[in-house]
Amino acid sequence: MTAAAVDTARKPVSMAQALGRALRDAMADDPSVHVLGEDVGALGGVFRVTDGLTKEFGEDRCTDTPLAEAGILGAAVGMAMYGLRPVVEMQFDAFAYPAFEQLISHVSRMRNRTRGAMPMPITVRVPYGGGIGGVEHHSDSSEAYYMATPGLHVVAPATVADAYGLLRAAIASDDPVIFLEPKRLYWSKSDWSPDRPEQVPGIGRAVVRRAGTSATLITYGPSLPVCLEAARAATAEGWDLEVVDLRSLVPFDEETVCASVRRTGRAVVVHESTGFGGPGGEIAARITERCFHHLEAPVLRVAGFDIPYPPPMLERHHLPGVDRVLDAVARLQWESEWTAGSEGGTR
Amino acid sequence: MTVLEQPGSYRPTPPPAWQPRTDPTPLLPDAEPFRLLGTDAAADLDPELLRRLYGQLVRGRRYNTQATALTRQGRLAVYPSSTGQEACEVAAALVLQEQDWLFPSYRDTLAAVARGLDPVQALTLLRGDWHTGYDPHEHRVAPLCTPLATQLPHAVGLAHAARLKGDDVVALAMVGDGGTSEGDFHEALNFAAVWQAPVVFLVQNNGFAISVPLAKQTAAPSLAHKAVGYGMPGRLVDGNDAAAVHQVLSEAMRRARSGGGPTLVEAVTYRIDAHTNADDATRYRPDAEVEMWRGHDPILLLEQELTSRKLLDEAGMEAERQAAERMAADLRERMNQDPLLDPMDLFTHVYAEQTVQLREQADRLRAELAAAEELSPGHQEGTQR
Ligand SMILES: Cc1ncc(C[n+]2csc(CCOP(=O)(O)OP(=O)(O)O)c2C)c(N)n1
Repeated sequence: MTAAAVDTARKPVSMAQALGRALRDAMADDPSVHVLGEDVGALGGVFRVTDGLTKEFGEDRCTDTPLAEAGILGAAVGMAMYGLRPVVEMQFDAFAYPAFEQLISHVSRMRNRTRGAMPMPITVRVPYGGGIGGVEHHSDSSEAYYMATPGLHVVAPATVADAYGLLRAAIASDDPVIFLEPKRLYWSKSDWSPDRPEQVPGIGRAVVRRAGTSATLITYGPSLPVCLEAARAATAEGWDLEVVDLRSLVPFDEETVCASVRRTGRAVVVHESTGFGGPGGEIAARITERCFHHLEAPVLRVAGFDIPYPPPMLERHHLPGVDRVLDAVARLQWESEWTAGSEGGTR
Repeated sequence: MTVLEQPGSYRPTPPPAWQPRTDPTPLLPDAEPFRLLGTDAAADLDPELLRRLYGQLVRGRRYNTQATALTRQGRLAVYPSSTGQEACEVAAALVLQEQDWLFPSYRDTLAAVARGLDPVQALTLLRGDWHTGYDPHEHRVAPLCTPLATQLPHAVGLAHAARLKGDDVVALAMVGDGGTSEGDFHEALNFAAVWQAPVVFLVQNNGFAISVPLAKQTAAPSLAHKAVGYGMPGRLVDGNDAAAVHQVLSEAMRRARSGGGPTLVEAVTYRIDAHTNADDATRYRPDAEVEMWRGHDPILLLEQELTSRKLLDEAGMEAERQAAERMAADLRERMNQDPLLDPMDLFTHVYAEQTVQLREQADRLRAELAAAEELSPGHQEGTQR
């Protein structure tokens, strides 16, 4: 067997490796792709996603910047103005906040203010979410802030294949993309070949990960494995759950979501981010507007509590797990609960 | 018992030798703002350059008064006048080569116009029909920037990108004295110096950030001194001396172009008008101060130089004034026409490809417009402000 043949064979690859491979391939294919951020060079990023890029492409293509998130993203704006495709790494979710001014005031609306003359093909990679025992400011789920900003795409892969495919699509996009990398899935592996990656539909398409008939779990990013496990467990209770992986929050694939809910008549939105003012409220409202007559029960949300992200020793109580999902699924028997007059409703 | 007294344990080695990474002395600004007009050195100035600066200053002043008048007529939502600061505005535009980029703030419409932008297009933001009225690539002028100092890192990124591509491009970024307190100012200067990016930062210190005087803005000896902390030269110049601003900026541009890295230039000037037409400047500064600065007017200074050296006579000045009047008349006439706006533009440039949700919202607005048209035919958006 030749070395190339070994390479093309499918073997377990982690999400972090697939992301690194996506960066590498994008840089090899397009000289205008530049990676910049804190510690992305010699160290390869604190999660090693950018490992080897400086070695392969030089410091001008993969650049260790000064420690300044607004400066990094602001410089990326200027680079994009001059025809480059910057890929920015924010070290952790909560450390992207200093760059919000640049993101909200410039990155998201430069296309709009210049009537299309200055698109911003910037990808902002944000290692996000909890579950890795990180101390304060290392576990935020910040997607709602980004979703509330017109002009940004917001993408959250949950599988190794999607991590590769969506990151390639994000870098190729002429619009700015907030690319949320679920930290606790960085080391999740799947049999995957970088040389023959699966075809992944572009940004903005959800996918049914598990077909079912009793209810739909709508989720994305780090909560996908939770939902798939819940769906497996629910079969014991006689529930056949469908699981929809949104993959992208903006644009939002209403078509796939609503088609699923119309089939099943029941829906639970599952995410780590807070419930109040969180993505689930928006999704539930949309489902209610579009599928009201198909609904057998209110759309429920299983979310993180409405609290600052907790210290690591308590995070397991905060993160929605299989039990909480199953509990919500049980509460989808709305009609019987209602008629029985029991304490039901949404949490 | 202290550490040193512990038996036989601690042997301090001498600390590693320390030296400053660069000699700070050449980076330090002069004690006095650099001046040319009225000094002996002015004799070496190119008469053609002086005449050019003069023409632009006269036109720039007229532009400011005309635009201010347009706010009173309700034609402009707001206009932050640069009256008194025209020397900075004009010099900033004139030191750029064609391929260079200008990164203006909301006060720098004049610099954009002096760079070659259509005066009406340059006012689109302030009139309110769009956020940027021009294609930034056409004259290489970034959109007029409203949030303070946020355009500075853009200038650094663009200059850096140009250099990576091997292009001979320098970016000149403008900011006010208040803007130097923002984090983006700091981050931009730091990036520029670390990357040795071909950027020139021009701070127009006009004394105030809306109502807040410089003394409440910073404790630095001068704003130019801030440069030293980043490892770039700081230069102090009389911002009302058009020749001096032009010279200092030209040197900084040359330095950047030849790979010498960024420079921070502080131009000491004064805002004669209020912050905008919405501001009452009498609440925070005495008239006597304004009057004193009126005596140090940039047009006056240059006029004195030109006439005393017999480079310009009354007829020549009159010709410039008439050219400025023609520009103002044209501006007035075109600004008094109502812009024709297409409401559907709301949805056109949000994303490269419209999302499903935006398509639906666009359809809704289209239907609303059609219904309105049915109710009152011929009604057109933009005919009424
Ligand atoms: C980030 C930000 N904060 C506040 C404002 C509101 N604001 C507009 S102009 C201004 C004062 C700016 O002063 P300075 O930087 O000295 O510039 P000048 O207006 O004097 O040219 C303020 C506070 C703003 N535009 N952006």
